[in-house]
Amino acid sequence: MGGRDPGKIIGRFRRQGANRHSEFRTARAPPYHARVPGLLEVTDLAVAYEAGGSPAPAISDVTLGIEAGEAVGLLGESGGGKSTLLLAVLGLLPPHARVIRGSIRWRGRELIGLPPSERRRLRGAEIAIVFQDPALALNPVRRVGSQVAEVARAHRAQGAARCRADALAALAEVGLPDPDRLYHAYPHELSGGQRQRVVLAQALCCRPALLLADEPTASLDSTTQAEVLALLSSLQSRLGLAVLMASHDLGALAALARRVLVMYAGALVEEGTPAEVFGAPRHPHSRALSRAYPRPPRPPRSA
Amino acid sequence: MSDEPLVTIRGLTKRYRRRAAASSAPVEALAGVDLTIERGRVLALVGESGSGKSTLARCLVRLEEPTSGEIHYEGTEVCSLRGEALRAFRERVQLLFQDSAAALSPRLTASEIVSEPLEILGRGDAAQRRRRALELMETVGLSSAEADRRPLDLSGGQRQRLAIARALALKPRLLILDEAFAGLDASIQAQVAAVLQDLRRREGLTYLCISHDLALMSVFADEVAILFEGRIVERAEAARLFAAPAHFHTRALVAAVLSVPPLAEATATS
Repeated sequence: MGGRDPGKIIGRFRRQGANRHSEFRTARAPPYHARVPGLLEVTDLAVAYEAGGSPAPAISDVTLGIEAGEAVGLLGESGGGKSTLLLAVLGLLPPHARVIRGSIRWRGRELIGLPPSERRRLRGAEIAIVFQDPALALNPVRRVGSQVAEVARAHRAQGAARCRADALAALAEVGLPDPDRLYHAYPHELSGGQRQRVVLAQALCCRPALLLADEPTASLDSTTQAEVLALLSSLQSRLGLAVLMASHDLGALAALARRVLVMYAGALVEEGTPAEVFGAPRHPHSRALSRAYPRPPRPPRSA
Repeated sequence: MSDEPLVTIRGLTKRYRRRAAASSAPVEALAGVDLTIERGRVLALVGESGSGKSTLARCLVRLEEPTSGEIHYEGTEVCSLRGEALRAFRERVQLLFQDSAAALSPRLTASEIVSEPLEILGRGDAAQRRRRALELMETVGLSSAEADRRPLDLSGGQRQRLAIARALALKPRLLILDEAFAGLDASIQAQVAAVLQDLRRREGLTYLCISHDLALMSVFADEVAILFEGRIVERAEAARLFAAPAHFHTRALVAAVLSVPPLAEATATS
């Protein structure tokens, strides 16, 4: 993941959330199940990182659309621009990144150039993210329950008791046993899979319409990975949640996505169903990725 | 070449004392492991975090002292080796770690890293060592252009190949790959695996490959042993393991393997 530190980014997000003014508390998110076509529309997006004077392009001419409730996979190798795209959508690009051109529309509204306060209002409430490493995403010295409730405190005009209830509901939703007890646990007392579920509860606490996931299962054991992917898939269909999941793991994407986009050197080079992209890839890069993927001698039942 | 296994492990047990609570029972990381490693083969040791995989690797190269049990390498009891005999043994068995960025000194150049073991043991002069380092780098597909670069200027795949070249410097017979593929993209994994398979055929090496990734091991290894709660619960060829997993933990691991549509090679060009 290079020099980008998800922990720092979340830290910044927290500080911003904590300093918000009361005016940001007013608007509740639109109805969760509203099926608005064209939830997210990215058009001709180009982002570059300033590196010692000359900007290094990270993504170029990326155009994609995501409908409400749709599960989309973003396949690509490290350094291909997946994380940059997700952070651009979220409005959390690091300071040395520049959006060169293009547009990101959320429910028809342009996000590029929106004041930071407006972006904050969307982030966590309507568009949420889960990062790869839950150990970095959680504050080690705070109990996990309050870290989930914090999201509700930042976005909902309601008292502490309601926020706590929302957090407990979110912890139950992601399949954590005994949320009342777990609310008071510290991150180090949980397993890797449980920690990633807590991060997922944070992301879902305010009922976002779009969940971005950046290699959400890459740091987990294979059995835990399968459990978390099954959970994501069931939440996605049950809550009508749109998901954009970036991964280099074809198996993880095949378990969740109905549509897969392939990203290579900062550009989208192929799109199709998992069967098309993994089974009969057209672009040389997709073909190389599919060929390199280890397939066991006898395929197990599909996840 | 004899039919006797290269390594025979019997009843290997390792207990760790817990740090804080003096009263509580020790953690049993290995609970009587019996395992043989045959010459020239790739044996995968698959298990989840905490199953004891890395403890086994560390006991095997004598970075840990086992609580009880025996390890025989070419008929020699390893656990009782001392001094010169232990040093000679360690030349024969090399360990490759997961995170090559952490395992290689960031301050040395690639060729210095590969020749360092030779230097420590006083083999050859500086020019000979550099020549040997370049040869070794070439066998893992690193050109002389990379020789004077430092680890952090190399890609993850190049770094892991550099770590392999270093491990080969002392001409070991057994390479222990401890999660050596973790953290690499699938195409880089395939590239590193191809280098390792090629080396094994040419040099007659034996691999013990430790991993949590059953799918990858099923294509890389000749045989797979499943480690669960400090014991080997099952050992078989990958095809057999997937067709008829016997132990419940193997069944769980097989069920957790994510399926990907098969690649229709007809559409692919070579």
